[in-house]
Amino acid sequence: MATFEGYPRDSGPAGVRNYVAVIPTSVAASAVAEAIADRAGEHIRATPHQMGIDPPDGAREQIERTLTGVGRNPNVGAAVVVGLGPETVDAEVVADGIAAAGRHVETLSIREAGGTEAALDAGVELTRKCWSGIADARREERDASELVFGVECGGSDATSGIAANPAVGAACDRLVADGGTATFSETPEFIGAEHILAERCSDADVRERLLDRVERRESTAQLMGVDLRGAQPSPGNQEGGLTTIEEKSLGAISKGGTTPIRGIVDYAERLPVGGGLVLMDTPGYDIESVVGKVAGGAQVIAFTTGRGSTTGNPLAPVIKVTGNPKTADRLASNMDVDASTVIDGEPIESVGDRVYKTLLRVASGERTAAEQRRLEEFAINELQPNELAELRGDA
Amino acid sequence: MKGTVLGEVGLHMADADNVVTAIDDLEAGAELPYNGEMVELAEAVPFGHKVALVPLERGDAVVKYGETVGEAVEPITPGEWVHTHNCESTRGRGDRAAEDGEVA
Repeated sequence: MATFEGYPRDSGPAGVRNYVAVIPTSVAASAVAEAIADRAGEHIRATPHQMGIDPPDGAREQIERTLTGVGRNPNVGAAVVVGLGPETVDAEVVADGIAAAGRHVETLSIREAGGTEAALDAGVELTRKCWSGIADARREERDASELVFGVECGGSDATSGIAANPAVGAACDRLVADGGTATFSETPEFIGAEHILAERCSDADVRERLLDRVERRESTAQLMGVDLRGAQPSPGNQEGGLTTIEEKSLGAISKGGTTPIRGIVDYAERLPVGGGLVLMDTPGYDIESVVGKVAGGAQVIAFTTGRGSTTGNPLAPVIKVTGNPKTADRLASNMDVDASTVIDGEPIESVGDRVYKTLLRVASGERTAAEQRRLEEFAINELQPNELAELRGDA
Repeated sequence: MKGTVLGEVGLHMADADNVVTAIDDLEAGAELPYNGEMVELAEAVPFGHKVALVPLERGDAVVKYGETVGEAVEPITPGEWVHTHNCESTRGRGDRAAEDGEVA
């Protein structure tokens, strides 16, 4: 069976990285969190985000779920939760959730510390304390079934559906066959392909929930009286040859492979380990969507792109795969796997094998192009007014 | 790769498809062998974009991956570029619903 070298955790699957995460509870603490990570050294990663200090209830719950999930990601050995002080996203609640997964957690209030300078000093001290507790962790051989592999596409063009997505899909099939979990998301990009996904659902309940989520995303566009074509496919997608959302979706879903869909979870909700193919209901924004899957427990992400992308994530290595020969050439230093060889005749299975081997090597410590360049984006999905109304039950 | 390469310049993803994807920047006059005949490109078509293989009437389904990806909004002749100017999505059309007065 396939294996990787990972960091064992007291609870849950092994990590593929061993970081101390510095997690701000709001935008007001984000700069301090970043500064702490910058000063504290190479094993410390911050997750700065844009959410305000007093979000509406439904939004607050989603932020707490995301931050807690991020702190529980197997790649995180310990965490420091930083707040300005007045946030309704409670640092203690987030910290308790992370501690429940057996991780060492500290909390820090900028207000109580006496301002940003004092908080910075205290934060660096706390991260060092956290690091000393996990610095001795060593990689050991683990079964590939412990891997949760998140797949994402961005900057799509016609090559995404022809080459990069099916190649990553073939790698997902391999991981699922080896007992692991693969996950993809971006519900707006299921539109026009949901009948194919529905046929692949393992039971009627999953099928119903999937169709319900697609309907909800599509009706959002209908209710606002807008043409979904304004946003999907994006102007860049269109320049790359994608004409309609249906065409984009049919190409997009191939990145998840061909195995049965075992479930669908909410944004940032915990993904099962050893669960096969499980979808996550997320918006179509790449960074937020990647963060949702990392919060759900994905240790490694594959990101396919046609027109190009340089994005990464602070906590999960992001493997870049392109099917566009021009992008493979121009952005060679940002890409990890060249799938454009499909266009010259390399079989999908063969490229999929290269993606799977890259996944296992990256899980074992090999650094991706985005990691080497410290490209780390982080953003939490902000619920829109109509989504909040629906959560409140008055939609 | 999945599908069939036509004349080394176009990729036909599934038998049922009535469009083909350019796998190179194609000039007007380039030829694609299809069903024992040659389809001549009416105009230049960039890499990744689609070319009609058969005549399409307004309202006809445009088929790629063996699935409907949209509908022709004007007649399209074989060899014509198929894109947002002559092919539209049939999904998420809040704008159409609004025109029809279906949205308050």
